[in-house]
Amino acid sequence: MNQRKPLSHETMLFTMNRRQFLVRAVPIAAGALLLAACSPDAAPTAPQAVSARPTLTPIPSGASDAPAALVNGLPPALAHAEPYASVNTDELGDALNTFEQITTYNNYYEFSTDKEGPAKLAQNFQTTPWNVEVSGLVNKPRTFSLAELYTLFKHDEYIYRLRCVEAWSEVIPWAGFHLGALLKMVEPQPQAKFVKFTSVLRKDQMPNQNLPILSWPYVEGLRVDEALNNLTILATGMYGKPLTNQQGAPVRLVVPWKYGFKSIKAIVKIELTDQMPVSAWTDAAPDEYGFYANVNPAVNHPRWSQATERRIGQTGRRRTLPFNGYEDQVASLYNGLDLRENY
Amino acid sequence: MTNKQPVGTSKKNWLRENWLRVLTHVGAWLPGMWLAWNWFHNNLGADPVTTLNNVTGRAAMVLLLLCLAATPLYIVTGWRQGLAVRRALGLYAFAYAALHFANFIVLDYGLDLQFILDDGIQTKPYILVGLTALLALSALAITSTKGWQKRLRRQWTRLHALIYPAGVLVMLHFFWQAKAAEKIEPLLYAALLGLLLLVRVTPLRKAIVGRRQRGKTPKRSTIAAPEPAALTTPPQPTE
Repeated sequence: MNQRKPLSHETMLFTMNRRQFLVRAVPIAAGALLLAACSPDAAPTAPQAVSARPTLTPIPSGASDAPAALVNGLPPALAHAEPYASVNTDELGDALNTFEQITTYNNYYEFSTDKEGPAKLAQNFQTTPWNVEVSGLVNKPRTFSLAELYTLFKHDEYIYRLRCVEAWSEVIPWAGFHLGALLKMVEPQPQAKFVKFTSVLRKDQMPNQNLPILSWPYVEGLRVDEALNNLTILATGMYGKPLTNQQGAPVRLVVPWKYGFKSIKAIVKIELTDQMPVSAWTDAAPDEYGFYANVNPAVNHPRWSQATERRIGQTGRRRTLPFNGYEDQVASLYNGLDLRENY
Repeated sequence: MTNKQPVGTSKKNWLRENWLRVLTHVGAWLPGMWLAWNWFHNNLGADPVTTLNNVTGRAAMVLLLLCLAATPLYIVTGWRQGLAVRRALGLYAFAYAALHFANFIVLDYGLDLQFILDDGIQTKPYILVGLTALLALSALAITSTKGWQKRLRRQWTRLHALIYPAGVLVMLHFFWQAKAAEKIEPLLYAALLGLLLLVRVTPLRKAIVGRRQRGKTPKRSTIAAPEPAALTTPPQPTE
């Protein structure tokens, strides 16, 4: 069973079109460009952006966590002129999706319920100035400007699979920082059990916020231990550049072992609380979307199977992995929890 | 069927007789041509499989609705030309439905029978609904020829009444798979189908035709032109 593989690249009908070829070639070119463009500043910190698989080993706390100097106002991990990734595949050997695929196929209901809509309709969304208020059950509540997020936290590349609850997936080279680093800075109080995230409410720039599609603003939540897990990041960029608006710029959550809707976009508020937050999708359809929303091929959505998924840009299907392939890092969070009940 | 009468040789005349046929064939090919063009230009979006799925599905549904609109248009307005393109519309609807299905099993599921059975069909009941509609349309497409029409006689009309339940199943298929936030479009299509079926209900149809004919001077064929036995007429005891 586990041997079953999606159609190989040779037999795929959409193999290596022009764009894919370009993106494969880009890292080499962009790497050279990076070295030429910003070697004086970037040289001492270059390994952080390029280190292979920074995602899978807990980053030791210590001096190496210090953020690097900014390049043109951006952390080096976001300062590439052209789409850049340090590797071509994820740790399972599957190719990264192209920059174009990732930025033209988006679920962002504030703008559109079409996948192609957000790329067009989010063009005029304003991401500056931007503040993220961190409050609730914390000792040091604080509002971070985007510039502070850039300078206070060490930005790295994180190659993650994104598995949408709709049974499609992508491999995305995010750039961002550990949510845990931010939480530690505000010092959560012991009674804080959950983290509640809130998206921006901006009806003049987000047309669908005028329609009762979901209860706006979009809200998501994690348990504190999930939020502190080393896989959980706040992403500010992708492919070595700042996030595009349609991806949830300027700062979004990425929780790679959960279905994509947990990874809330355009965050303006992070609250620590002792109450389990009600996610926007749970609020809309509680029997279809639960609080945990861990990727789980054994628990089907009421209207479709979660056993397989289609990688964007490919034909045919592949088996979905428990916890989206991150079982080793996160399964222990759920010891003793019935994941069928807590979907 | 009724279009075989001698036609003037001038082009203008020919177009006047056949504009609806031309429009039907050109219009029905458009979505397919659009898909083919963009397929070869790598322009079907980040997820071509979903684009193919959506375009073929919608095309099949719209063509089916147009096919089912011919008789109501005749009932309400007396306009008969639409009746002549019903077969073409039905066959095109079937063709797009078949492409829709082929996309599902070949491009989406990579012809992996186990995936299709376990994952595609078992957990997605609306797939079975769509498949049932497709089987019905296949039977209608196969027996759409004059030969079958003659061979089956009265049974042909009865068989081709299957287009009504098939239409209902198509709407159910579209509605069922849609997310809560996206139910409006399938509901609109379903409402349209409901209207098209309602007009056919005998008492209502008679009332409408009667009202129309009373308001009209008997200029042209007002002798409640016998509806050509075809896709859309339930068996009439008088015929």
